[in-house]
Amino acid sequence: MSIEVVKPGLSTTVQDRGREGYYHVGVPPSGALDQFSSTAANLLVGNDADAAGLECTFLGPELRFAEAAVVAVCGADIEPRVDGEAQAAWTSFEVPEGATLGFGHVRAGARAYIAVAGGLDLPVALGSRSTYLLGGLGGLAGRALKAGDELLVGTAVGGAEAGRSVPDPLRPALAKELEVRVVMGLYDHLLTDEGRRTFLDTTWTLTPVADRVGFRYRGAQLAMLEREQPFGAGSDPSNIVDAPYPIGSIQVPGGVEPIVLHRDAVSGGGYAMIATVISADMDTVAQSAPGAQTRFVSVELDAAMAARHERNDRLHRLATELG
Amino acid sequence: MSAASETGTVGRARYSWGADEHLFVEMSEEMSLPAYFKAMAIVTALRDRRPDGVLDICPANAAYQVRFDPDVLAPADLEGLLRGLEAEVGDAHDFKLETRIVEIPVLYDDPWTNETLMKFRDRHQDPNATDLEYAARINGFADKAAFIEAHAASPWMASMVGFVAGLPFLYQLVPRERQLEVPKYVRPRTDTPKQTIGHGGCFGCIYSVRGAGGYQMFGITPSPIYDPRQELPDFEDFVCFFEPGDIVKFEPIDRDRYDELLADAEAGRGSIRRRAVTFDFEAFSADSDAYNARLLEVLRVD
Repeated sequence: MSIEVVKPGLSTTVQDRGREGYYHVGVPPSGALDQFSSTAANLLVGNDADAAGLECTFLGPELRFAEAAVVAVCGADIEPRVDGEAQAAWTSFEVPEGATLGFGHVRAGARAYIAVAGGLDLPVALGSRSTYLLGGLGGLAGRALKAGDELLVGTAVGGAEAGRSVPDPLRPALAKELEVRVVMGLYDHLLTDEGRRTFLDTTWTLTPVADRVGFRYRGAQLAMLEREQPFGAGSDPSNIVDAPYPIGSIQVPGGVEPIVLHRDAVSGGGYAMIATVISADMDTVAQSAPGAQTRFVSVELDAAMAARHERNDRLHRLATELG
Repeated sequence: MSAASETGTVGRARYSWGADEHLFVEMSEEMSLPAYFKAMAIVTALRDRRPDGVLDICPANAAYQVRFDPDVLAPADLEGLLRGLEAEVGDAHDFKLETRIVEIPVLYDDPWTNETLMKFRDRHQDPNATDLEYAARINGFADKAAFIEAHAASPWMASMVGFVAGLPFLYQLVPRERQLEVPKYVRPRTDTPKQTIGHGGCFGCIYSVRGAGGYQMFGITPSPIYDPRQELPDFEDFVCFFEPGDIVKFEPIDRDRYDELLADAEAGRGSIRRRAVTFDFEAFSADSDAYNARLLEVLRVD
């Protein structure tokens, strides 16, 4: 069974849950940026949560199915269409043999996840089928889809049927104004007290510079302490001796335009990080579109862990509902 | 700054959470070999008794971070373990790093980085000089040739591998007053040829892939250091050539040798020369020049 890529969309990549264990040599985890939605799409079509599917950004692809298949689309608010006919998102549906799956415009959110029963059958690179674009690794030849590509689909296991749906309360809200919880730390001592207040009091606007590597925001200048720079750090007050970057960490080059690193993160560098997005809110960041109004809310590690447990519970309920 | 800062002791480390999945540990604010070796000593001990739930152990220059799954390993337990290892390791003066020394052939002042740097002169401190001419001047060398000699003479330590996959950051194994220092570009370039030899601040690097970059460009190596398809002999086991802790010696080559080595790489032949070595920080500290000479002898052994 295979799928032909008629139109690739804006930036469509193969992703699963990602790869672990290679960040120390600069290979980031990659994988679906919105892991909850990707998991939901897979479970709807009877796949394991870590089956490979497609992540598409803003503009969906057009895909022709050589054989009939059960498909689900979750994540951004976007209308799937089979030969032009609207289908419900967050619900599995059948694409008949020879039919084309297309999409309407994204109405809210940024990234939609397309799961096909059986999962995409591609070679595993370092334990995952996820595409790491900067390193040309994984997915389909390490790159985004192009017109004319052919995607092989694995054999669907039991449970792949149309008409299964994620209950409303389990579907994440997609807002244009959002709060993202962060744990302050790392190099936040390089901010002045005023700089720290400005970071937490500003409503930041997501710029168009937002991709799998990182999300850049605009809104204020953060004051940083004047200091004698340590040996090996650069000359700007926002420079540090190159250090490892946590996934989700927020750096502020030159004190302007904070950047949240996501799952294709650069693994280290010389800009002071001042906070890290909690794991439970990384899906929310993934669904921010340029223009999104974002407040960073400081929480302690205990609250980050509580939020993590709450998200784990939601994933567990999802698996129970669709299991 | 003196050589003493490369042999002194490091104070207590600073621990900070990167939210619920990372614990970040800074040995020292400034880069120094004692800080680097203390981090490597802790990281080596942690790898030996790696508990479940540890996802990645990432040393980088004067810091390291552990990425972990807090559902498996409680944050407080990880912190306790790392603080315990720090106490065990002490100032790590007796730490010996089991590693390898590798030889990277370099065509300095090559046509490709020169062509690239000419496109970005408006982003450079000195638009009327090349990166090599600028670096030679501000480091007090008579000309490019003298700078290249200093760059290639002594070994470098891969004190971090990353930014992008397989890119080594290199710290020169000489007393601090002899280290080469060059600022990064005023504004980063949007392009850097693959396998460019770069330099920014006190760090050298080898760009593993083509892409944006802010380091000054001195030359290019014909030897691939990253092979995501794992087609070349050096990459049978893994996609990245470099590991943190590798020691690098640059070997100047001419255009003919460059073309020969490039043809080898393109034909799927050839291999980077490397020899196993134990780096003894105490012996290095006692006499770095003599120690480096011995390292280079190891590299030459057939």
